[in-house]
Amino acid sequence: MGMTMSQKILAAKSGNKSVKAGQLITASLDMVLGNDITSPVAIKEFAKAGKKKVFDKDKICLVMDHFTPNKDIKSAQQCKCCRTFADENKLTNFFDVGDMGIEHALLPEKGLVTAGDLVIGADSHTCTYGALGAFSTGVGSTDMAFGMAEGKAWFKVPSAIKVVLKNKPAKHIMGKDVILHLIGLIGVDGALYKSLEFCGDGVKHLNIDDRFTICNMAIEAGAKNGIFPVDEVALDYIKEHSDKPYTVYEADADAEYERVVEIDLSALKSTVSFPHLPSNTKTIDEVGDVKIDQVVIGSCTNGHISDLRVAAQVLKGKKVAKGVRAIIIPATNAIYLQAMKEGLLEIFINAGAVVSTPTCGPCLGGHMGILAENERCVATTNRNFLGRMGHITSEIYLASPYVAACSAVLGKIGVVKE
Amino acid sequence: MFLKGCAHKYGDNIDTDVIIPARYLNTTSEEELAAHCMEDIDTEFVKKVKKGDIITGGENFGCGSSREHAPLAIKASGISCVIAASFARIFYRNSINIGLPILECREAALESDDGDEFEVDLSAGVIKNVTKNRSYKTAAFPAEIQSIISRGGLLRG
Repeated sequence: MGMTMSQKILAAKSGNKSVKAGQLITASLDMVLGNDITSPVAIKEFAKAGKKKVFDKDKICLVMDHFTPNKDIKSAQQCKCCRTFADENKLTNFFDVGDMGIEHALLPEKGLVTAGDLVIGADSHTCTYGALGAFSTGVGSTDMAFGMAEGKAWFKVPSAIKVVLKNKPAKHIMGKDVILHLIGLIGVDGALYKSLEFCGDGVKHLNIDDRFTICNMAIEAGAKNGIFPVDEVALDYIKEHSDKPYTVYEADADAEYERVVEIDLSALKSTVSFPHLPSNTKTIDEVGDVKIDQVVIGSCTNGHISDLRVAAQVLKGKKVAKGVRAIIIPATNAIYLQAMKEGLLEIFINAGAVVSTPTCGPCLGGHMGILAENERCVATTNRNFLGRMGHITSEIYLASPYVAACSAVLGKIGVVKE
Repeated sequence: MFLKGCAHKYGDNIDTDVIIPARYLNTTSEEELAAHCMEDIDTEFVKKVKKGDIITGGENFGCGSSREHAPLAIKASGISCVIAASFARIFYRNSINIGLPILECREAALESDDGDEFEVDLSAGVIKNVTKNRSYKTAAFPAEIQSIISRGGLLRG
């Protein structure tokens, strides 16, 4: 029996000729990631366990992105703890205010992850790098601590769901619509413990940012990882950003899948996840009259340059509706600078939106856009759980940057008629 | 390892944001985290939980964010064990890694009511709902995982 793409990477990294679903393996890591929330717990565990040094100063990456620039004294203390650890261990990849970005946009941009890599991160959205053909998955702080010390982690080899993407999506349909549609179809635990392996002739119509968005939200279907084949689009991105050696893996023709899901991209409509689960999806023609108070365009899911371009196209020459607060957060400093050069920031500010420094901020209810009682927000973020962005009676509607920008103009969820 | 306590029952898809909201993640203090455990779905939990109590949950317990603060908050609140119909994978891994016993047993979780008294024999994989006088057999942990739990976590002992 053949192997899936994910299984091939796990086999190579564990020194096995082949692996099969359910097998327990220990594998070598190419990168261990943490942020300002999860790293302090890992650093504490690392010290408690009596560990003195990290396995490789070049293969650990700490990104200060969640509560930065620090929102209060306690979060400043947490960043200080990470900064000290990075200094003491001479970590090559410590990203602080000034050169940071939201971790899952930053690592690919800095060329720190590439095709064929095995990456763990103490952040559930670590699965994003599957867009580049890496096996990457979220873990907790103890796994991160163990990974920092030993350069290894144990894994149960996952089975897989094959997602066949067909045809070309219509105008305004983005990666976000693809993944929200899929989560609506299979549910928030539809891929529990499994890989989501994307393939099909539709893949070539998705730009790299769309693929990052899709893999980023694999976890919202419970998946262990999401992964795309490494085609020209992926290789162009890799070559532009990284000089690390890479390996392209392909699924065997006789690889075993637990389930095959087909999605006709040409039939997709803009999709919105209603509160309080990402699987609670409606297409744009089903949303009804939902008035909103806030729009957030950003996050590790949708803070890429192509996301900002789409939002700017909608907002150009228009105004954010009265009573709506529109917050736009480029995911990294490089994206911020690019958006500035292209005149996107000016479009946003002229439209009555604010543009923030890169931060996870409101996505997890940290800062920079917390919701009051009964308020509603359309967000390009990844989770609409109860109380995630603020008060427990507030509501989050997940959507693409296109729908979010249109909703900002309309003052309610919808798309602007052309 | 033998555990005994009363059940606090919750539904499906209990996410780590409600187990411990992100607004409290500016600390690593287990006691501070425990003080806010479950507060967005059950403001009474921290007042009524007693040492040794258990949580029963539905499908996909612990989904969402990978924050290890979630099982840490549960453990520090006094909970001795979580029994659910199914678990999200990162939460499952984190719980084992910090030495919080968790058991996947759909029947035991779904047939439980708030306040039911439970006895759990971890090494034998037997869950007993004393109030309802029902016993459930669950797969015992492999020896390596039992060893992680009994020494208090992956990096302990």
